[in-house]
Amino acid sequence: MTNKMITLTIDGIQVTVPEGTNIVDAAKKAGIDIPVFCYHPKMKPVGMCRMCLVEVGRPVVDRNTGEFVRNEDGSLKIQFNPKLETGCTTLVSEGMVVINTSDKVKRGRKDILEFLLTSHPLDCPICDKGGECPLQNLTMAHGPGTSRFLFDEKKHLLKHYPLGELIYLDQERCIQCGRCIRFQEELVDDPVIGFSQRGRSLQIVTFSEPGFDSIFSGNTTDICPVGALTTADFRFGARPWELNAAASICQQCAVGCNLTLNVRREAAAGGKVVIKRVMPRQNEWVNEIWICDKGRFGYHYTEAPERLTQPLIRKEGELVPVSWEEALGFVAERFRQAGKGLLTLASGRLSNEDLFNLRKLSEGLGGKIALYTQMSGGEQVMQVGLAKESNLAELGQGDAILVIASDLHQEAPIWWLRVKQAAERGATLIVAHPRPTRLEKFAKHVLRYRYGDEAGLLLAMLNSLSAKRPALPERVSTLWRDDQVQAAAKAFAEAQNAVIFFGNEGVGLQASQALAQACLNLLLATNHAGRPNNGLIPVWQRPNDQGAWELGWRPLPNLDEAISQANAIYVVACDPAGDNPTLPLTPDFLVVQDLFLTATAKLAHVVLPALPFTEREGSLVNGERRVQRYYPAVPPRPSARADFTITGQLGKLLGIDLEDRLASKVMLRIAAEVPAFSGITYTALAYAPEQWPIIGREDLYYGGTTYENKQGIGVQLPNALQQGEQVTLTWPSLAQATEINGGLLAVPVTKLYDSGSTLVHSKLLDQRRVAAVLWIHPDEAAAHAVQEGDLVHLQFGEASAMATAILDKTVPQGVILLPRSAGIPLLEPCAAQLKVVERSYER
Amino acid sequence: MLADLMRGLATTFKAIFEKPVTIQYPEIKRPVRTRYKGRHILKRYENGLEKCIGCSLCAAACPADAIFVEAAENTDDERYSPGERYARVYEINLLRCIFCGYCEDACPTEAIVLGDNYELSFTDRRSSIYTKEMLLEPVPEGGKPTPQKTPPGMYTRAIPEMKDPV
Repeated sequence: MTNKMITLTIDGIQVTVPEGTNIVDAAKKAGIDIPVFCYHPKMKPVGMCRMCLVEVGRPVVDRNTGEFVRNEDGSLKIQFNPKLETGCTTLVSEGMVVINTSDKVKRGRKDILEFLLTSHPLDCPICDKGGECPLQNLTMAHGPGTSRFLFDEKKHLLKHYPLGELIYLDQERCIQCGRCIRFQEELVDDPVIGFSQRGRSLQIVTFSEPGFDSIFSGNTTDICPVGALTTADFRFGARPWELNAAASICQQCAVGCNLTLNVRREAAAGGKVVIKRVMPRQNEWVNEIWICDKGRFGYHYTEAPERLTQPLIRKEGELVPVSWEEALGFVAERFRQAGKGLLTLASGRLSNEDLFNLRKLSEGLGGKIALYTQMSGGEQVMQVGLAKESNLAELGQGDAILVIASDLHQEAPIWWLRVKQAAERGATLIVAHPRPTRLEKFAKHVLRYRYGDEAGLLLAMLNSLSAKRPALPERVSTLWRDDQVQAAAKAFAEAQNAVIFFGNEGVGLQASQALAQACLNLLLATNHAGRPNNGLIPVWQRPNDQGAWELGWRPLPNLDEAISQANAIYVVACDPAGDNPTLPLTPDFLVVQDLFLTATAKLAHVVLPALPFTEREGSLVNGERRVQRYYPAVPPRPSARADFTITGQLGKLLGIDLEDRLASKVMLRIAAEVPAFSGITYTALAYAPEQWPIIGREDLYYGGTTYENKQGIGVQLPNALQQGEQVTLTWPSLAQATEINGGLLAVPVTKLYDSGSTLVHSKLLDQRRVAAVLWIHPDEAAAHAVQEGDLVHLQFGEASAMATAILDKTVPQGVILLPRSAGIPLLEPCAAQLKVVERSYER
Repeated sequence: MLADLMRGLATTFKAIFEKPVTIQYPEIKRPVRTRYKGRHILKRYENGLEKCIGCSLCAAACPADAIFVEAAENTDDERYSPGERYARVYEINLLRCIFCGYCEDACPTEAIVLGDNYELSFTDRRSSIYTKEMLLEPVPEGGKPTPQKTPPGMYTRAIPEMKDPV
């Protein structure tokens, strides 16, 4: 991209913008509004709606001399095009003069609007977009008061046409701008909707099964300039002006998308304040202006009636409600007795404040802490994680991105989108995965390896780059000679900036440590660490796993042993018994602190009800090591308390100094104690600079109804290298391949819509939720006498499960894939034996 | 002095034979003016369907924030109003209401009108909140109560064509 700047005049104001900018954007940068419908700053202009018509004049050039012709007074001679030009498809040129306010332009807009409204039903009173509708606003600003068109001649079409079960289309309201279609095609590569028919009969149709099969579909309702596309979740939920807004952070994955929660008091909910809809909040460093459908529709668990409302204590075998004083007093007394025998088990679903208080409580008693996770590598991320001042949107030509062992489309959709866009800007994308994933279409290098060889593959890439080649295990010892590996390694090494995403598909807790170390080695050896736009990004399963690592939480290599040795166990925001029914979870004293009565909570002696993120304050660290804060959106349910408060109050009873009231004060303590967090306060996290494109209330015709960010973009943590520490390259010990013993390797894979406790309450997603299935290669299925649709009994170690077989050619041989959080208790890859139990002959 | 007294009594005696201006409320009620703004009434169409479509514009227009509306979706099996949307909850807090009539002005379907009823007294604040059932006018003769079961495709327009829209 050239950095040539161009100066032009719009309505008498001189504007200087980079070459290649169009007139609408240039005007916007100067604070001048040129109304648009079909143009969107995140997409290519098409010039369909004709709303942005302006008068454009260009300086006259003398053909003989090539110089600008000047008037007598020395000013440039400008020649205006006799017709109006579209501002979105016309690029700026030197000396250009744009007139946006002349009568000719006003007349053009008025006529275009009159024309658009000939087929518009004008049912604003019942339209969900009414109040935040670009068509409404622009008609008020530029449109005619009356129409010459006869009302009776309006086209009557379907008003309630479900494109899918998530998105409804009102065919009458559509002004055929094609923003949704272009979003699906250009941005997210899900071309599942399109135009059908022609002229006034032009309609949006879906051609996927299920309808509108895209995980980004909700965004089309944000960018729709009319009320044609609405979400099923919010349909007739409230008028936009009645909603209050609270800034929040999505808790469904490690991306940490910025959200705005729209809330309203509702009679149907008994007069409580409830969340009516989830909208994206602009953060150009994290999620730009998009969110995935999981984030948009997955919040319902926070208001589920099943949520715990009272502390429970087991009395005579039954869990009975008690007061907080009794529960906390009892727990404190037993924790004091347990002392060093206390094991605190928490997950990255908690905020930094919760995790800090929990660690401090445990330290005060001399107990042990353990992070409940199936993926390791946080230490390596602290050393060479994505550096401070990074932005994935800046990756492009000359840069490289390596994605290994992660299906980003299903695990972290917004990262998938941003990586895809970086590849389209020219970044070299290397996708290493044992099976094809959605990202490969955009990759320059695709590396296929066997499950278990992840770290080996990266080390082989490293070997192919250096003369010294430390020996690798036999399985991967010759991999470095492979042409594709060499080419990918070379591209990675030569890149200006490089980022590695690593996940844990097919990687257990131990192996992920080696994988992270191999990533670190590759980054360090190719000098891609410690600089902005370089580093390692872990695709964690939970929103704050990285925060847990930063605050000193580590997974235990042998959790079973630690559990059996502990006298008292404090389980917070995780469900080990539910994930693994064979876990020997029978300590003398078990306390569970969670939102729901989980399988673990059913075993507990004391159950403490916590608050979900919507009812409290807190901060998270995302995979890019950006600390972001979320704000309370709805009042807390009585009798449940925030996790850090519960822990803080326990600390008070035990004589340990903990902050139990204000999350911001806990953050002050974290900043004082943890070097990476130094200087981070809630005020610093609330810093919200100007962002481009301009999004928001006055400009919603331009960027859509995404909320502007006034509540903070967060702060990225500096990694160890940036803090001036030494990071050394160490050779990881590679794990042995899993013993199969005649069975198959069962690999848990993450699917976007699972049945985890933070998603199962969103009934709207039921149709898309992954069932308890197993994916198997047809050849492998034949070898094991499994047919499509068979109900198969799976035995892995002591655990067993039932799953329906799906034959899939993309599954590697020797492997079955099983979805996570879908009722199959499989946490790490392990050997599985198959037995067909029931055959369906219905086909 | 006596003359003054006689003059006063004369006025009194004259008044005895005049028609009294006092009205024996509540036994006798004086009719209100045609433009009087009393308690709100939610109107129905002749077939009994509610005119209100739950658009909340009255609540938006209300300067006293006295109106609360919650909308829901009509189906042909359970139809309250024409079109897709109806008011599931419609409440007016008559202690807050200042009877300005802005809600009438804002209503796109002429569903809410300020009626003749001025007899509003409450013993507690809660009873000052009038619900949709209390505000809705009775079903007109020949009409059916809501929800109605209606043939599909018949009531697709939420906002009727006004004869003389202002």
